[in-house]
Amino acid sequence: MLALPAIPLLALACVPLVGWGLRRAPVMAPWLAALPAALFLLVLTTPDGAMFSLHWIPTLGVELAFRLDGLSRLFALLIAGIGAGVFLYAAAYLEGHPLLHRFLAVLTLFMAAMLGAVLADDLLLLFAFWELTSLASFMLIGFDAHRAEARRAAQQGLMVTVAGGLAMLAGLLLLGDAAGTFRISAILAQGSTLAAHPAAPWIVVLIAIGCFAKSAQWPLHFWLPNAMAAPSPVSAYLHSATMVKLGVYLLARLNPAFEALALWQGLLIGVGTATMLAGAVLALRERDLKRKLAWSTVVALGTLVALIGIEDPLAATAAVVFLLVHALYKASLFLIAGIVDKKAGTRDAMQLRGLGRRMPITAAAALLAGLSMAGAPGFIGAFAKDLLFTVQLGVPRLLPAVALLVNAAMVVVAGVVAARPFMGKPMETGGVAKDPAVALLVAPIVLATLGLVFGMAPHLISAAIIEPAAGAILGRPTGIALGEKQGGTVVMTMSFAALGLGLLMFLGWRRLQPTLAGQTWLDTYGPDAGYGRAMRAVSAVAVALTRRVQGGSLRGYLAANLALVFAGAALVLVARGGLALPLPGPWAGPAQLALAAVILAGALAACRLRALFGQVMAAALVGFGVGILFLTLGAADLAFTQFTVEILAIVLLVAILARLPFHAPDARRAPERRRDALLAAGVGAAGTAILLAVLSVPFDPFITEWMGKAAVPEAKGRNVVNVIIVDFRALDTLGEIAVLLIAALAATVLLRRTGKPG
Amino acid sequence: METLLALLFGLLLAAACYMLLARSLPRVILGLMLLGNAANLSIIAAGRVAGTAPPLVERGAQALAAGGSNPLPQALVLTAIVISFALTAFVMVLAWATWRAEGTLDPETLRRAEPPALPSTDKEAAAEAEARP
Amino acid sequence: MLDSLILRASARYVLWACVALSVFVLLRGHNEPGGGFIGGLIGALGFVFHALARGPPATRRVLRLDPLAWGGIGLLLAAGSGLPALLLHAEPLLTHQWMEGLPIGTAIPFDIGVYLVVLGFALAFVLPFLGEDAA
Repeated sequence: MLALPAIPLLALACVPLVGWGLRRAPVMAPWLAALPAALFLLVLTTPDGAMFSLHWIPTLGVELAFRLDGLSRLFALLIAGIGAGVFLYAAAYLEGHPLLHRFLAVLTLFMAAMLGAVLADDLLLLFAFWELTSLASFMLIGFDAHRAEARRAAQQGLMVTVAGGLAMLAGLLLLGDAAGTFRISAILAQGSTLAAHPAAPWIVVLIAIGCFAKSAQWPLHFWLPNAMAAPSPVSAYLHSATMVKLGVYLLARLNPAFEALALWQGLLIGVGTATMLAGAVLALRERDLKRKLAWSTVVALGTLVALIGIEDPLAATAAVVFLLVHALYKASLFLIAGIVDKKAGTRDAMQLRGLGRRMPITAAAALLAGLSMAGAPGFIGAFAKDLLFTVQLGVPRLLPAVALLVNAAMVVVAGVVAARPFMGKPMETGGVAKDPAVALLVAPIVLATLGLVFGMAPHLISAAIIEPAAGAILGRPTGIALGEKQGGTVVMTMSFAALGLGLLMFLGWRRLQPTLAGQTWLDTYGPDAGYGRAMRAVSAVAVALTRRVQGGSLRGYLAANLALVFAGAALVLVARGGLALPLPGPWAGPAQLALAAVILAGALAACRLRALFGQVMAAALVGFGVGILFLTLGAADLAFTQFTVEILAIVLLVAILARLPFHAPDARRAPERRRDALLAAGVGAAGTAILLAVLSVPFDPFITEWMGKAAVPEAKGRNVVNVIIVDFRALDTLGEIAVLLIAALAATVLLRRTGKPG
Repeated sequence: METLLALLFGLLLAAACYMLLARSLPRVILGLMLLGNAANLSIIAAGRVAGTAPPLVERGAQALAAGGSNPLPQALVLTAIVISFALTAFVMVLAWATWRAEGTLDPETLRRAEPPALPSTDKEAAAEAEARP
Repeated sequence: MLDSLILRASARYVLWACVALSVFVLLRGHNEPGGGFIGGLIGALGFVFHALARGPPATRRVLRLDPLAWGGIGLLLAAGSGLPALLLHAEPLLTHQWMEGLPIGTAIPFDIGVYLVVLGFALAFVLPFLGEDAA
């Protein structure tokens, strides 16, 4: 079954080819649409239940596993099918753009990632593709990188979806852990047993957060309208038809496992309803064509999420039908909005008037899509609407009222976007407003017409697409065919009531919109403003933190490091049983005690003396004292090394100090001195305690004894110290002398840069 | 003897830290020298003081006699002495170069790399970048 | 530069005495206290004394090569002394080889390399600062 993995992977492999090829030959761009078209056919011909798996990261249990069923086929067909139209449209829309090749390459990447995400049968593989779509979305929203608005929107979209994705990753890992597998088909095969798992609430909430962020659910919905900064084909493809439905897809995918859970149902219905309401109000308030469509997309996504939360065969069918309907009309309307924007020079719904006579074909396509959106009889939108009302009437509480209002709002959006710009007296336009080239018209017309075709002949898709997909959401066959009359007179009444209310609001929209737009508190306290505040707060915290920990005071850094290291070590020491004393050993002789006193006096004098040269001499006293101490401990080599080094160091120090203002005193003030002394005393005490603890551990003389035995027979030397340096640890010594030479080189370079001393 | 070394180590460490925190680069260098001595003492102590005979194999003998001093920490300390001299010497040159370049020996005033108001932490620039168009 | 007749006159002898002592310490290091590190430092002391007495230019003339060059030669010598084991006997780098029955082996050039590096490194640091207005 190689066709299945080929679908996403082939598309992925095409990305660099597209970028490279179209850069050389931009005229070939329209032909790229053949790729999604071919993928569409491939998806269509692949049988249901096709599976493929390959070990990818065996140590982590991640598999390159793909599976095709009703739900993923619906999504894959939408992705490839609408993709074909959008690619064709985009090639014409951005014709002559210097970065067309990059745009189409990213679009191809996006398509590959989307196909991969919906075909993946492994949770982690799905997640990888999922995040890839977020990245592609980021690059496409920010395509017009010279516009600050586009950059901000791109960043916002990425932040929201990736933050959600992070929560989702945690949820997916928990889910995999709870189920014992990451294979989605295996998880679904466990039925509803997972819902009883103790981690189920966490899994549900975490995964839902990721899906809600991706599918622009309230209160994370704000990024979607801002994403309209992207070119219109992107809005049509990513931000209405496919990517934003990925969250819906995953919820639908996992629904059979969790549908029995009250939390799942409550969360999905609650958030979905809130999203519908918020989207409806904000859609009525908006004047910009694309942003208005985006708000209506938010409404649609809310509707879908709520439908998935309702455990009912009818709800599953309604979700699938509505998903398809929405994808068709919304993509079409976005593409038309792009044409209008290009030809009329504005997207302001208040100004756009009377384009119908100059752009008859565009107007016709808009009308078809708008009618499907409004749910006019004869269009597939009507089925969706009837199903919706039937389901929503079945759930008491708030839902029927919300459904009425929201549907009326959708009628208004359909009217304002699809009808109003083309009606009435012709407006003044900057350029010549007329129908665009065929390449721009094909996709919107085909997509809008499909709404009518499927509405007239529902059997075309009923058994092949709708029923398997709905069955996958429900976890069992629905037994509902599309086209069966749903609901009774109540539904019919509601349907007409919504249409009537919508028409009324549409006629009064010119007055309704300014009233709603006047409600500025919606902006001031909305989540978009909250996002801005949160981002500024992050910056402010970062600045404050940097000021505090990265203040530029070298002494501060040093003190912090000393305190941290030694306090940390002392803490470990205490945790492991407190102070320890070494085993009794040989006593110190009088000479050693006297030397210790000398060293101590030297160290104290080095700290206490004011004059620098006195301090140098005190430090030298310490050095020589330590050297003689080495001598008394039987370390003659050390002692002589110490003496010569001490002499050289002092010569160098004095020679350098002679060139410095050595009479300058230590600039520490008395409180600083006291604080430093306190810290130093603490560090010293901790050091002694640590060393004593080290000494309390019995000594293992293995290495020393081996070296003592091997020195003469193997290394031909009687001075074991020298043998260790030049033979046993010769490689180490080689490294050390290399360090010496590097230090000398560095100093020489430094001197050359600074200028010769003298 | 080992306890004495441990005490001496702590005292030298304290003195070294006190000097390292000084607001005068030459004194910081002295602190570094003291720190090297302290570290070397701790290595010798950690190798235990079993005897005071130098670690030389008797002429004609095949192995080191028991009861002598431990040669391994001595070998480590021997190179450590030279390495710490290299470090100190380099810091001395660095201090001299600093004096030539900056005209100061007070570490508190050496802030060329981290000026009080970094451009990246400038509040206005951050607000501007975040502001809506 | 210390302007003292005795110092100037004795500088050359002190230098050669120091160098001779350092070489002696270096060579006996394998069996008695001594070795490349100490030898190099003692040699460096001799040159420093010479530079104090006669000025660094004179010392550099005696050295002929830059101290860093001596250090580089030493490093190459030390690394090279480890090669025979690798190339001839397929043993790890720096496994020293000895002539049968004689105290002559690759450990000796290694120690000489250490000596030269330490000498060069110390002089590279000190000599630049013993110039005109040294204390």
